[in-house]
Amino acid sequence: MVEQTVTLKNRNGLHARPAALLVQTASKQSCKIWIRKGDKEVDAKSILGVMSLAVGAGETITLKADGAGEEAALRALVELIESGLGEA
Amino acid sequence: MSTPRAVPVHELVRGLGLTVFNPDANLNRPITTVDINRPGLALAGYLRYHAAERIQLLGRTELSFLRGMDSREQALRVFAFCSYEQTPCVVVTRGEAPPESLLREASSRGLPVLGTTHVTTRAASVISTFLEERLAPETLVHGVLVDVYGIGILITGSSGIGKSETALELIKRGHRLVADDAVIIRQVSDNTLVGSAPALLQYLLEIRGLGVLNAMTLFGAGAVRTHKKLAMVVHLEAWRDDVAYDRLGIDEQTVRILDTELPSLTIPVRPGRNLAVIIEVAAMNHRLKRIGFNAAQQFSEQLADAIEEQMDPD
Repeated sequence: MVEQTVTLKNRNGLHARPAALLVQTASKQSCKIWIRKGDKEVDAKSILGVMSLAVGAGETITLKADGAGEEAALRALVELIESGLGEA
Repeated sequence: MSTPRAVPVHELVRGLGLTVFNPDANLNRPITTVDINRPGLALAGYLRYHAAERIQLLGRTELSFLRGMDSREQALRVFAFCSYEQTPCVVVTRGEAPPESLLREASSRGLPVLGTTHVTTRAASVISTFLEERLAPETLVHGVLVDVYGIGILITGSSGIGKSETALELIKRGHRLVADDAVIIRQVSDNTLVGSAPALLQYLLEIRGLGVLNAMTLFGAGAVRTHKKLAMVVHLEAWRDDVAYDRLGIDEQTVRILDTELPSLTIPVRPGRNLAVIIEVAAMNHRLKRIGFNAAQQFSEQLADAIEEQMDPD
């Protein structure tokens, strides 16, 4: 199991479209992936779960991956978030 | 992952609209128990078993007792009473004002003195209801919660296995959706778990290819519920030929959520299996078992009788 903390850069936070992109990317991975904000942790492959976190701009979230290809999956998601999830 | 079990005093003040007699006191003191103490004996000087960590509720009895003392004695008792750092706050009921000495002593210790207009027993029940709700252990699980024939069923399984699709089919069959994808589960009392949707996701359902849907606007108010007591867990998993699935249903499996064991079933998923029907039947079977009729158990007993008869022909 690997995990990494990232800061969300998107100006408007993790609203519907960037969240969908994040979930789509997570769903392509075969390992299990979770996102944690504060004491709430959700399945990163679940769009409603991810949106329920209501992550705001500048907030930090922790990504956690477990299973085959966890390193690569985590890297792909961190890069995606750092690149601004198709927005910046 | 359960939430820390403490409520700061200012949340109690805001939640119940209480008066604060000493606003400069420490309103961040944590309330860690739902129990309430009426400190009559403590004020009479008996402090060996004083439940200091509870909210201290002063009603007419305690107040008139305090007022009846001479001022030296009153100061002494109040000094001892306010000296506990674990006491979250003092609440004075019936809209009464706290005695001067109590307010002075509490303020110097940072102990909040609050007021309510309720009579004491009513105040106690309002406060404990509020705290029970706030202090209930809570967890967020990935799954779908549906009410099927009045049985709260939590459907779990990995992403993409078909939980939401199963819920959709169940809604079409007249059952109710409580939460899709993320379910907040709270331990409201011993052995009782109640699930609800995160506020943002209420009534929402996500179906691959369709996107986010609102079950209430699509199917009506009868298709949704805001919360439901959990009765069983149905775990969906991809069919694997090397796994032996339960064929009899005699042994009851359970899973643990927070501090409660819930009966659970593992249903293998394969194209062509109608999961909604299987879950409906699981719900009905669960009800039957509760009523006291266990088909698997009864069959097994009949079989045992039949075998015995064969072995003993006369």
